[in-house]
Amino acid sequence: MSPGHMLYRGREGMWMWVVHRVTGVAIFFFLLIHVLDTSLVRVSPEAYNEIIASYKTPLYGLIEAGLVAAISLHAFNGLRIIAVDRSAWALRHQRMLVWIVWGIFALLMAGFLPRHLMHVFGGA
Amino acid sequence: MMNAPAVVPPRFIRSGRTRPNAEKWSWMFMRISGVFLLVLIFTHLFINLLTGDGVNQIDFAFVAGKWASPLWQVWDLVMLVLALVHGGNGMRLLVNDYAHHRWLRSLLLGALATSVAVIILLGALVIFTFDPCPVGADPALLPGFCFDL
Repeated sequence: MSPGHMLYRGREGMWMWVVHRVTGVAIFFFLLIHVLDTSLVRVSPEAYNEIIASYKTPLYGLIEAGLVAAISLHAFNGLRIIAVDRSAWALRHQRMLVWIVWGIFALLMAGFLPRHLMHVFGGA
Repeated sequence: MMNAPAVVPPRFIRSGRTRPNAEKWSWMFMRISGVFLLVLIFTHLFINLLTGDGVNQIDFAFVAGKWASPLWQVWDLVMLVLALVHGGNGMRLLVNDYAHHRWLRSLLLGALATSVAVIILLGALVIFTFDPCPVGADPALLPGFCFDL
């Protein structure tokens, strides 16, 4: 489809709608797996410790960082959606609010990533 | 000047839906549960990934230590139920948007409802039937309070 056929070309709001859906699906599937792995505490301490050891490997450490990123974006974009629904001021400034969401996201990741990556890669 | 025509409520809903307010309640649930989940999940992530040794501290004894307190049992139960219903309802909206064949939609919605119900039940059972000091387990893997008599 050529760009000429695309009647609707949303800007920040449309892309945040995409971000909200993609992060939501990713979080949902992680949640299913996360309840299953936690359920191994009911099997035996060894079974649980073995599965949770894989969460401490570099690959899973990076996936966890991605998960925390997805949760942060989904959570604060969710607050933006509520604000835009409820307040005329937020509706007028919804595009600025998108950048505030990304700003909060950047701050949270700046606080989380160094410490988490040190735990995963530094053995600290 | 013409008067606006009076709005007559529809006598039936074209989709055949029998609960006309269901989507309104779904909409309200997503917003209210979303705010609760923000607090529940960020606290969960902070305690498990940023305090102590972060992800490296998580093992059987760590989970047993948390669930020894009714606060964390209830916390995790509320988080489990709200997160799965919120996520399941979000997935339902996506299935309705993208699954264009009736049979595919029924199949996906059925699989979704089953998974959500099974995972909620499993998680709740695990939280409330959990034994922090299983008999015959390696003592090195158990929380310290198993040996306080």
